[in-house]
Amino acid sequence: MKIIQYLINGISIGSVYAIIALGYTMVYGIAKMLNFAHGDVIMVGAYISFCVTNYLGLPAAVSVLAAMAVCTLLGVVIEGLAYRPLRGTPSLAVLITAIGVSYFLQNAAQLIWSSSPKNFTSIVTFPPLRLAGGQLVITGEVIYTIAASIIIMLGLTWFTSRTRTGKAMRAVSEDQDAAQLMGIHVNRIISTTFAIGSALAAIAGVLLCSTVPTLQPTTGSMPGIRAFTAAVLGGIGSIPGAMLGGILLGIIETFSKAYLSPQFSDAIVFGVLIIILLVKPAGLLGKQVREKV
Amino acid sequence: MKKKLTKQKLMDASTYIVVTAAFLILQLLMSQGKLSSTMKGFLVPACAYVVLAVSLNLLVGICGELSLGHAGFMGIGAFSGVVTAALLANAIPNGTLRLLAAMVVGGALAGIMGFLIGIPVLRLRGDYLAIVTLAFGEIMKNIIGNLYLGVDDKGLHATLRSEGLTLLDGGKMIISGPRGATGITKLSTFAMGFALILFTLFVVQNLIKSREGRAIKAVRDNRIAAESVGIHVTAFRMKAFVVSAVLAGMAGALYAMNYGSINASKFNFNTSINILVFVVLGGMGNILGSIISATVLFILPEAMRGLQDYRMIIYAVVLILVMLFTWSPKVKDLRSVVTDKIKGVFSKKEAACK
Repeated sequence: MKIIQYLINGISIGSVYAIIALGYTMVYGIAKMLNFAHGDVIMVGAYISFCVTNYLGLPAAVSVLAAMAVCTLLGVVIEGLAYRPLRGTPSLAVLITAIGVSYFLQNAAQLIWSSSPKNFTSIVTFPPLRLAGGQLVITGEVIYTIAASIIIMLGLTWFTSRTRTGKAMRAVSEDQDAAQLMGIHVNRIISTTFAIGSALAAIAGVLLCSTVPTLQPTTGSMPGIRAFTAAVLGGIGSIPGAMLGGILLGIIETFSKAYLSPQFSDAIVFGVLIIILLVKPAGLLGKQVREKV
Repeated sequence: MKKKLTKQKLMDASTYIVVTAAFLILQLLMSQGKLSSTMKGFLVPACAYVVLAVSLNLLVGICGELSLGHAGFMGIGAFSGVVTAALLANAIPNGTLRLLAAMVVGGALAGIMGFLIGIPVLRLRGDYLAIVTLAFGEIMKNIIGNLYLGVDDKGLHATLRSEGLTLLDGGKMIISGPRGATGITKLSTFAMGFALILFTLFVVQNLIKSREGRAIKAVRDNRIAAESVGIHVTAFRMKAFVVSAVLAGMAGALYAMNYGSINASKFNFNTSINILVFVVLGGMGNILGSIISATVLFILPEAMRGLQDYRMIIYAVVLILVMLFTWSPKVKDLRSVVTDKIKGVFSKKEAACK
């Protein structure tokens, strides 16, 4: 029974990583940049949700929508102000700018909400399920997280394969110049990608803080790095890869904490990443690009 | 060709001159008592960061590989240096020599780790290499943060178990897990920091100029072309990687010996990123640029302490603006228009004079 409990918890935390990783992977696939500020967008989303429920007294669902709206706007503004002017420059330049944005968001949050941790009240009001005579406890947060990640995954798959914008996104990620020649507005597509990624980050932020209720300006950075690892593990640029990578990472983390050693879970997670990359250098579901000379 | 070579030599010489001049001026200020004690406290860490920036520049600028785990090597150097200095406390009474030994051991261990890590890692490229170096940095931090190391009459003891170590009477803990290394004798001096910078410059600049350096740059510019003229790509990348790791380890030892206690969490992802920021803002491949930006960017947030909460936000905005200003194609066009105009004015004047 214990093992199933750990598995469920692992899938739950992994689903949060997966939702964050989707944002990383979409932006990487389309704009070919590592958006290090993504983790901090999560934190902003969580703060917005916190403020809407605690200061305005509105219901949880409204707070999630508000967080999504603010983060979407934030993502588009960040992209337009900081990343768009640097399009076509070496990826390192954009990377450093993204780090600058990350610092900015963290410190702005510290100014607005102070660095002392806030106690996030879970948005889930669902009673925990007790199965097998109370040996197996599935909290409402776990159910919400897993359900949300499945819905997001299905929605994104539908979006990228069926809608016009989604198809345009795939075209841009495959070949930006060719897409532009086909009449696709590349800048608008990149903005849309940032908007979707940031909205997902807001959801991830609320879910993350519902599970782990301390909220402070640095809340987003470690899950951000974890999710980034998950995206690479699954093959960066691949949407199902991000999902798989996230869930795998969550499971590995929970199991290594439970069975191997609680204090070395970081080392184990990153060790697994290295081993997988050595065997499959493009990640689990990444496309291996053959080099042409 | 010949002219270009002398220009390169001039650049190298000017780097040494700038560094030496800065050292002499600071020494003069110190002897006159014009330097506040907080400023004095910045000198050694600034030296360490300069060395780290130059060594990372070798990797990022010259070799063209993005590394996000440089703080990991710094951490290895720092902790092995601290242990070495603690063990040699009786054998080498002279502080400077002991620091030197600590730096050598720290550098050597970091270099060995760099080599071991390099074997698998250097097979990867680009962003994947970046994420794996990040992973190694985090693993290092995690392991050092849980290492207990102590010495007693029976010799050296080490464990990774969370219950720690029990030593014999009179034993001394050197590294105690998450609390890090405590009770370090402060051995680092500004002069030693300066000497390490000179050593780093000597190594890196000569490496860049040498046959190896040219091969490394060829690999950076076009890997396939370099491979097809018979350059052993992995071997040269490995060389740059190990040299960079050794220098980072030495800087780590210098850094750690400046404080009474040091914690593994200092050598995290953020530190790696900060060093990378120094390199990119200073100009990739530009050694003098790294030195200047490391000094300025290290001192700047510290000097702005008066602004308290606003200082890091200002730092972030400055960072973004500088990147936009130096890299954005539009701004580049604008700048070239302006410089052309200025040049135009001057050439007209010259023509008028004639």
